[in-house]
Parts: sequence; structure tokens; C-alpha cells
Amino acid sequence: MTRVGIIGLGHGVFGRRSDATVQELAFEAFREAMEDAGIERSRIDASVIGAVPEYHKQRSLAGVVQEYLGLVPKPTWLTEVACASGSAAIRTAWLSIKAGVHDVVAVVGCQKMTELGTAEILALMGRVGEVQWESGFGTTFPGYYAMFAKRHMHEFGTTRDQLTDVAIKNHFYGAMNPKALFRKAITKEKVAASEDVATPFQVYDCCANADGAACVILAREAVAKEVSSAPVWLSGMGCATASMSVLRRPSLVGLPSAEAAAAQAYAMAGITAKDVKVADVHDCFTIAEIMAYEDVGFCKKGEGGPFVADRQTYIGGTVAVNVDGGLKAKGHPIGATGVSMTYEIAKQLRGEAGERQVPDADVGLTHNVGGIGQYCFVQVLTRD
Amino acid sequence: MFKWFGRVNYTPYTKVSDFARHLKNGRLMGSRCRHCGATSFPPKADCDACMSGDFEFVEVSGAGTLVTFTKIVAAPTGFEDVAPYNIGVLDLADGGRALAWLGETVPEADIAIGMELQLVPRILEELEEIKVYYTLERPGTTWSTAAADA
Ligand SMILES: [Zn+2]
Repeated sequence: MTRVGIIGLGHGVFGRRSDATVQELAFEAFREAMEDAGIERSRIDASVIGAVPEYHKQRSLAGVVQEYLGLVPKPTWLTEVACASGSAAIRTAWLSIKAGVHDVVAVVGCQKMTELGTAEILALMGRVGEVQWESGFGTTFPGYYAMFAKRHMHEFGTTRDQLTDVAIKNHFYGAMNPKALFRKAITKEKVAASEDVATPFQVYDCCANADGAACVILAREAVAKEVSSAPVWLSGMGCATASMSVLRRPSLVGLPSAEAAAAQAYAMAGITAKDVKVADVHDCFTIAEIMAYEDVGFCKKGEGGPFVADRQTYIGGTVAVNVDGGLKAKGHPIGATGVSMTYEIAKQLRGEAGERQVPDADVGLTHNVGGIGQYCFVQVLTRD
Repeated sequence: MFKWFGRVNYTPYTKVSDFARHLKNGRLMGSRCRHCGATSFPPKADCDACMSGDFEFVEVSGAGTLVTFTKIVAAPTGFEDVAPYNIGVLDLADGGRALAWLGETVPEADIAIGMELQLVPRILEELEEIKVYYTLERPGTTWSTAAADA
């Protein structure tokens, strides 16, 4: 069966983009990816759009983006699995190539989150959990991860300082990423002085909403080898779910969906966690990155706190994690995030990450979570 | 009657809507599958184990252990005026779990993972429309008769 290669990479600047519509943001990323791929637009067989519809005034986004990209009458469809919508788009594009239906597919993750006013955002935030039994008590997205953090601290002795270490690392690298929302390093004092959100979280434990888009062009092996001298391969593709409700999660110190998705991706790629040199993981909150280290096997369950405190996830450590700034500093335009992760890891494997380049990066990983873990996608990327 | 459940209710219609009527009467009800006997709290109309849709309500004690908690400071729509508030997840002795507010019998400084707590039915008495919910309280806290009479 054909391998699926990444032949084009594009990424817009994440932030408050009041200068552009969502389809204009999508086009920025698409144009850069097409220039990178160096192919004619007529060679694109289909597009898959990753986005979460409720943030946009425009309904049925895929059609509008497809038209703006100039890809009509080729097929397009939207994938939605909350904050993992971008990785779901990559997965369905990959499946369509694996199935032999398409040769070249453009994947665009795009999201405009600042179209909504504060009141609309707060109303959406109140429905992030399971609405029948949980939302009636005023649960929030940070609130759920805060409860994971409290339990993680209780079971493993994870500390407030270790949560801060995640934020400091990701802002340190975000400062070097021209595509990031926040490009400034932060201090422990700055984190400590920020307002409470949901204990133990303060503002600097939480990623920020943003507008933005990213694009990857995928191709079957023969096409990838024809147009690219060194394509990066989607070698392991894992995907799993966990219950939406925290009332039906046996463990609250990790995401079972992430463990399962990682196991699938490693098995398909024929590697283990030890082989991974660089990773982008879903740090929507600081504890989420610590749980991700454990769930994908970079360290043992419960050791994620010391792992970051010992700088094992900086460049030069055991595995470099979120050296593009992560969701934390790069911003989290939810539909774009998964595609942005694949973009970053492919750049790293090509050796094109500039001052953030991880030496000898030959195997990389992405870990993209939807909601509070009800969906997780893990990809293993390799080069020949 | 499920529109009664929760300070803000997003799901007025459900096959387990009598849960809210029982709660108003001071009873915490889970479900039991009439086909295979599997139980669930919160109640679930359709059985996870055997897929049967034939269920009955069974009362649970509400006793349990606190699994985790947080104090919500940044509140969503409908909760601005009560923020900050503590919410917790209770592992129930009879099986299943509940997510609820920590009540007034548990001072904030005393909240600790692993503590024994009691899930207690409540009515939001300050509102004109009926609103039922439950809180996590010290063991031995009883269901207020004033609310039951309302
Ligand atoms: Zn059954």
C-alpha cells in the first residue's frame, strides 16, 4: 500500500486577525503550502477543511474556503472534533489517499475565534462539558483540566512550580517563532502574579484563543517522490476516543484516548516513544502537556512534572516538546492547531526550523486532543 | 421535568426526566437495567452492558469520596453572579459518580481529595421557577424539609 508524504507546508501568523476573513486566513496558509510544493493547483484532487463551525458567522465553512482557494469543482468536506479538527482533516485526507481515491489532497485547518463577542464566548464556554449532568453546575474548559491537575498533584506530587515550568518553556520558544501569538519570554513571577481562572490555574496556565490557519499538502508516494526531493512521511496514524463525561472516566490523571492513539501510531510506524526526537503536544493547559508526556510514553505516568522541571523537553533534553511555543505561546485557533502541529514537525524533520531546530530530528510526533480528551489523534512523522 | 435540573438547563427532554421529579422529593435515583441488572449513576435509559432500553429507577445513598475539585473563578454565562464557586467529582459508594457544587457544610479550607462527602438534593429557593440540583456536604447532612415542602 502506498505511503503518504507531505509535499507542501504553509502557516499564517496566529493572533487577533481583524484584518482578514477566515477564508483569507486559509488562503495565506494555502498559498505558502502551494509555493512550497511547487505544483500546479490543478493537481489537487480534493481538500479537507478542519474547523469548529460554531465560532464562525459563515455557516458550512468548507464550501466558502474551497471557492476562495480556487479549488471548485473538486470535492471538499469539513471535519469537526473540537480542538482536534485539524488532525481529523489530515486523517481523512490520508485515508482518501490510502484508499486509492485521491493522489494529492490539500488539508487546511482554519479558525477565526475573535468574531464572537465576550458574551458569546462565555456562553459557548458554559457548554464545553457534558451538558445534561455537568454544565448545569457551571463547569468550564479550564475547570475540567484544573480538576485533572488537582488529581495529578494529589496522586503524584506534581507541583505548582512544575506547571509554571511548562509555561516558561513554551513562551521561551514562542519568542523565537515569527508565526506565534505571544513572542516574549515570561518569568515565574509573571505567572504567579496572573489572575486565578480555576484553581490551581492562573491566566498563564491557559492557552489563548486566536485566529489563524495552517496547511499541509499530502500526496501518494509516487507523486511525493516526483515533486519533492525529501518528503516527510505520515508513518504512524493513531486515533482514539474517551468518554465525554468525567463521570465515566476511570482515571482523571491522563487521557486514555491519548494512550491508545499513541500505541496505534507507534505500532503502525514500527517505533517506540524513545525514537521520537521532537514533538508537538496539546498544551491547552499546562497540566495537559505534563499528562501528554506520560500518555505518549516520553516518561512514566506521574513523572511528567520532574521531566519538565529537569529541562528534559527543551532542545538538548530527552525529547524536544513544543519548541514552536505550543498552543500556550503560539495561540490556539482550534481548527488550525492540529495542522499547525504537523507543519512544525515536518519543518523540523526537513531541518528548516531555524534557531529552534532540533539536531538530528528524524522522527517526530504530534498529539492533538479534542475537548477534554474525548478525541485524540497521534501522528508519527519520519523521513527517509 | 428535566428542565428543573441544574442552575442552567440545556437538556429539558430526556428519557430519564423523572430523575428531577425524584430529586425534588429528596430522592437520588440511579438506573438499573431490567434486562441484565447493570446500574448507572447518573441514570441512563439505554444499558451500556446489553443495549436494552428497559430500565427502572433505583435509589442510591449519595455517600461517596471526593475524587477531585476546583474553584471556578472565571465563570460562564448564567453563573457570573455566584462565582467563585467550588465544584467537585464524587465517587459514589453505590457506584457511579456525580459532579456538583461543594456546599456550605464544607468550608473551602477543609476541601481535600479523598474526604468522605454526601450528595444532598437541593432546590434553588430564590428563583421563581423550580430549579433542583444537589451539593456535596459533610456526611450526615440531611435534606432540608423546607425545600421538600416547596
Ligand atoms: Zn442491560
